[in-house]
Amino acid sequence: MSDKSHDPNQMTGAAMIVRALIDHGVTDIFGYPGGAVLPIYDEIFQQSEVQHILVRHEQGAGHAAEGYARSTGKPGVALVTSGPGATNMVTPLTDALMDSIPLVCISGQVPTHLIGNDAFQECDTVGITRPCTKHNWLVRDVNDLAKVLHEAFYVATSGRPGPVLVDVPKDVQFATGTYHPPRKSDVHRSYAPRVKGDATQIRKAVALLANAKRPVIYSGGGVINSGPEATRLLRELVEVTGFPITSTLMGLGAYPASGKNWLGMLGMHGTYEANMTMHDCDVMLCVGARFDDRITGRVDAFSPGSKKIHIDIDPSSINKNIRVDVPIIGDCGNILGDILQVFKAEAKKPDIKAWWQQIAQWRARNSLYYRKSNDVILPQHAIQSLFEATRGKDTYITTEVGQHQMWAAQFFGFEEPHRWMTSGGLGTMGYGLPAAVGVQVAHPDSLVIDIAGDASVQMTMQEMSTAVQYELPIKIFILNNQYMGMVRQWQQLLHGNRLSHSYSEALPDFVKLAEAYGGVGIQVHKPGDLDGAIQEMISVKRPVLFDCRVAALENCFPMIPSGKAHNEMLLPEQANDEATAKAFAGGKALV
Amino acid sequence: MNQPASAYFIEERHDPNETHTLSVLVQNEPGVLARVIGLFSGRGYNIESLTVSETESQKHLSRITIVTTGTPMVIEQIKHQLDRMIPVYRVVDMTLTRRSIERELAMVKVRGQGEHRVEALRLADAFRARVIDATTESFVFEITGNTDKINQYIDLMRPLGLVEVSRTGVAAIGRGPEGM
Repeated sequence: MSDKSHDPNQMTGAAMIVRALIDHGVTDIFGYPGGAVLPIYDEIFQQSEVQHILVRHEQGAGHAAEGYARSTGKPGVALVTSGPGATNMVTPLTDALMDSIPLVCISGQVPTHLIGNDAFQECDTVGITRPCTKHNWLVRDVNDLAKVLHEAFYVATSGRPGPVLVDVPKDVQFATGTYHPPRKSDVHRSYAPRVKGDATQIRKAVALLANAKRPVIYSGGGVINSGPEATRLLRELVEVTGFPITSTLMGLGAYPASGKNWLGMLGMHGTYEANMTMHDCDVMLCVGARFDDRITGRVDAFSPGSKKIHIDIDPSSINKNIRVDVPIIGDCGNILGDILQVFKAEAKKPDIKAWWQQIAQWRARNSLYYRKSNDVILPQHAIQSLFEATRGKDTYITTEVGQHQMWAAQFFGFEEPHRWMTSGGLGTMGYGLPAAVGVQVAHPDSLVIDIAGDASVQMTMQEMSTAVQYELPIKIFILNNQYMGMVRQWQQLLHGNRLSHSYSEALPDFVKLAEAYGGVGIQVHKPGDLDGAIQEMISVKRPVLFDCRVAALENCFPMIPSGKAHNEMLLPEQANDEATAKAFAGGKALV
Repeated sequence: MNQPASAYFIEERHDPNETHTLSVLVQNEPGVLARVIGLFSGRGYNIESLTVSETESQKHLSRITIVTTGTPMVIEQIKHQLDRMIPVYRVVDMTLTRRSIERELAMVKVRGQGEHRVEALRLADAFRARVIDATTESFVFEITGNTDKINQYIDLMRPLGLVEVSRTGVAAIGRGPEGM
């Protein structure tokens, strides 16, 4: 037997974790120490290749890692302790699962001999996180640790990306074993996501596209996850076919908002032209989106006359909500490449002039119209001003969840992928501020703005302290209407205007709060002061809380009322009391 | 249809339910059964019957047989959802192959005297159930067959003094020379 003391691959479990991070190219992780991860923190202390960002709450670590991942295309990494550390990760893990964000969470666990004993800070972490991860592992033997860590990175980043969790008991962190660098055999033989699309299906799809009279491309976050090549191919496909394109909330930026074929976002708060195009089309090409209920509206009236092509890497996304005619399972970049190749070889650009004329009529309805005011800042106007002020700058936007998020999606134009970080599937209030922290860590010299609401931002406000500690000049642009705006909007529309607990009483003074954290506070009330204040915010190289006081009762339109189809949208100019009552009249009387 | 005031579209589904038997080949590792069961409970799918046992110990493979009900769309979802789990090798819908054999085993305890005892033995003979335990006032029968046959046998035992039943749930295998 060789002398193991000189084998460089002999090390403790804690050292293996740091080593594996380095071997996977990880340069930044987000975490919070505690009893069950102290050996790992000890290793982190003794090296300089991996920078650790100390958050103020584990949920912040998770969302920061998500923002990091979403803005770079690399996996985000979070490190938390056992018990409450792990349970606080449940929200970000679920968020990442819903939005297909590659996230690797390493959690400490009580020593193996105490597992199941209700030990201090013990919880069944793998049990709790099983339904909110793509996969998770409890490592009981230090000699399994390297394999599991490598597999974790592979599972998180391959196929449909998602969060994974590796639970490591403290005795395993202390124990010494053999490390090995990543290798192919580290992965379950049962896990082999399909990349290449079926050639017959691709031919069927091209035949449909080539003969379309009223086509639409509906793209989603899958295009962005697939990587820059998929984005390039999507743009080329739009160019080659001349088709109109819309996108989900998660897909914004894959096709540039300034592109001439862009219809705007679709769905519940999408544009009139995007939803009408979806409803009346004869061929729909869905790329990396999943026919979510915010997209489809009433499913039995969803795009009734169209043949549907669905490209998705996850077979369980196919025919889940909407029956499609040509499913193609595989990576969207790969399949878009094949479709383009066949299309260019065998088809001509279809003549769809009449369709574009129809779309122009829908566009002319100007569904994002709102009435500006000289006295009070309209939230839509605030977003537009922010967009104008950041045009041409190297900008990343995160959001919280609610009205401000929808306005941001409607009024901020994204030209590139990876610039827009939002909690789409789970709808996590409190996502945006820590996500901005993660984005700023990944892009220290860029302008990172969290478009926030006054209610959401308070859910993870403590991460301002993280931003100040690491000198991350994030800008928290709060559209402060003193309400949980989207909750109130639904109460107005569906619950007889009984505004049950949706008013933000006792709001903090955000300017003083910013100063208390060591950041900068800016408050603006008047439309005339807005542009100057935004310039000030951008020029400050420190974290800023920007308290933008906006019209309190403004609501988010256009809107597909629940239970309605895409062609039954409520447009802003129709959103008077009577029309609103009629649109929402259903099982319940409305005021 | 009246839509209640809701943020969600509430749909009435009219497709009839079907019963399908799925064979699932998985890596036998800690938590794998919890993953499968959690998928069913988490997504609101039905489990009518579930059996699991390691079938290839050297390769650490287990075979799970699940009998489930749902609309054709839900059954398709269940298969895809199972198939995308990391430790799942293969999912085969035995009902769709139309070439599968399904069996389960039940142990049926019957307590009685006199004519009931004689009748229970007679029926056991007709159903090819074996007596695997006997006292002067009871029998335990072992019966193997498909689910309908076992249900029928249990129903017949009821008036004869049925005490309790223990069933394995359904195991299924395809006919012919090929494996799954």
